[in-house]
Amino acid sequence: MRTILYIIQKEFLQVFRNKSMLPIIFVVPVFQLIILVNAATYEMKHIRVSVVDLDLSATSRTLVSKFRGSPFYLIQSTGFSYREAEDEMKRGTADMILQIPADFEKNLLKEGRAKVQFVINAINGQSAGLTNAYSTMILLDYNREMLLKNTTPAMLAGLRNIQTDYSYWYNPKLNYKTYMVPGILVLLVTIIGLLLSGMNIVREMELGTIEQINVTPINKIQFISGKLLPFWIIGLFELAFGLTVGKVLFNIPMEGNLGLIFLSASVYLFVILSFGLLISTITHTQQQAMLVSFFFMVVFILMSGLFTSIESMPQWAQNLDRLNPVMYFIRIMRMVLLKGSGFADISRHFWSLVVYAVCSLTLAILRYRKVS
Amino acid sequence: MPHWLYSPGNMTVTSENIITVKNLVKKFGSFVANDRLTFEVKKGEIFGFLGANGAGKTTAIKILCGLSYPTSGELSVAGFDIYTQREKVKQNIGYMSQRFSLYDDLTVYENIRFYGGIYGLLKKEIDSRAHSLMLQLGFESARNKLIRDIPLGWKQKLAFSVAILHNPKIVFLDEPTGGVDPITRRQFWDMIYEAAHTGITVFVTTHYMDEAEYCDRVSIMVEGRIAALDTPDNLKQQFDAPSMNEVFIKLARA
Repeated sequence: MRTILYIIQKEFLQVFRNKSMLPIIFVVPVFQLIILVNAATYEMKHIRVSVVDLDLSATSRTLVSKFRGSPFYLIQSTGFSYREAEDEMKRGTADMILQIPADFEKNLLKEGRAKVQFVINAINGQSAGLTNAYSTMILLDYNREMLLKNTTPAMLAGLRNIQTDYSYWYNPKLNYKTYMVPGILVLLVTIIGLLLSGMNIVREMELGTIEQINVTPINKIQFISGKLLPFWIIGLFELAFGLTVGKVLFNIPMEGNLGLIFLSASVYLFVILSFGLLISTITHTQQQAMLVSFFFMVVFILMSGLFTSIESMPQWAQNLDRLNPVMYFIRIMRMVLLKGSGFADISRHFWSLVVYAVCSLTLAILRYRKVS
Repeated sequence: MPHWLYSPGNMTVTSENIITVKNLVKKFGSFVANDRLTFEVKKGEIFGFLGANGAGKTTAIKILCGLSYPTSGELSVAGFDIYTQREKVKQNIGYMSQRFSLYDDLTVYENIRFYGGIYGLLKKEIDSRAHSLMLQLGFESARNKLIRDIPLGWKQKLAFSVAILHNPKIVFLDEPTGGVDPITRRQFWDMIYEAAHTGITVFVTTHYMDEAEYCDRVSIMVEGRIAALDTPDNLKQQFDAPSMNEVFIKLARA
């Protein structure tokens, strides 16, 4: 036990003697939270529309003004040439073309139906889908107004109306930031944990100090624990710091028990840190360790459900994702912080992390060799 | 023989074997780094392990320290079997590697404390030894300096002191004086003699043939085999050479 304490003491000294370490621990999280939370958003705002109004009637202008009045749209230009509008789209100055054909008003009044065309840039399928949905909503709304205008109250009475009422749970204001902060915090703890531990043993190999340790009678468990615990403490501290920043800057909700968050985090950190140490034992230089860590980090993070919904991934990817520790912890964070879930609700994710921690820690201890 | 040296014929040498090596073989693929090495080291002696670059010295020393597995052979170090009692061996040896092995970003005292700690010394012992070490080495002023800020000679002396901090029975020194100035080398050998006088067996590899003269016995490795093993005086006689330098060149060219 005393041996472990001596290693922990040494690691802490080294971490904090490294001048770039304190900024990494304190400044990076704040910046990451501010930048990522504000930038990484799916909310659609300022969809730039190029209008081609070939009808130029009161009716067509009302339709355009509907778009103009919506906070989601920005009328970029109005013209008479579809070709010009298409050029704008190619240049990237417009996201969508709204084309109103000539005789729009006439057809609508005479025949009761008329056509308009939306041309949407679908390079990003997800935002194209949203743009289409928003535009259709506006059109429906417009239809209803036209209907009201052109029918008598007597006719209206005959119409039956089905109305849907809705309310959003857990995030009633649909605040995207609330959703992002817990995920970004996981990202932060993961990066710090994986990089610090991933570089650690391999650094001693590069310097040659590992040999000096390997000639001592220290055993593997003492060595790995001594290497792991300092980063475990730093990781938990980092999470506490990030949660405080999230609360102060973004006023994120903390519905559930914070103790549950830290309990899960302490298990999660064991997974990440032993993963890092494992990488450290199978690589030979810090550069290799860095590249391998990055590979796993990119895959884990992109598949973690932070940016994209896991439920919409193909089945094989969802199965593969069961091996992704980041996914479990992001779920736990969101469930506990936003929904106020209790232990029973997160227990499946929690125990998955426990199994993962036991396996990766065992592997790291087995992989570390004192004798070559 | 320079006046500052302790008289040759180390008083503490006994007839008891502290290292026994029989037919040690180490292969890397088809390359044979150590070819059937057989030798004994007596308790308390200063044993010189010589050879050209790539002759297989470091490979052998790493096996004796339990850092690397031998391919075959019988080895006993400090009375323990290297295959089955590896951790016992490690408790009883000290090692100073060719590559510099103190932590650059820790101070002199922090390095001593760390290594003392992982050898299981008590805090009191560590502090008192650190204190007497500083006095003895004459660098109390450097106690709280980072290793990276002190001169190479000091680092080497400190590395040696740290390697024998836990009073091992044997200390292995792999080219301890590489890149060090002649005065510091002289002081370093003073330290080696002092350690030998307290009963520590010293197993040392070197490139400097003048240093070979200070050893009680010397073995010379050529291409993975031991080509000669005896006292420096006997070797000079045997090869009809005025100095160890000549002995070495004769052997290496043969």
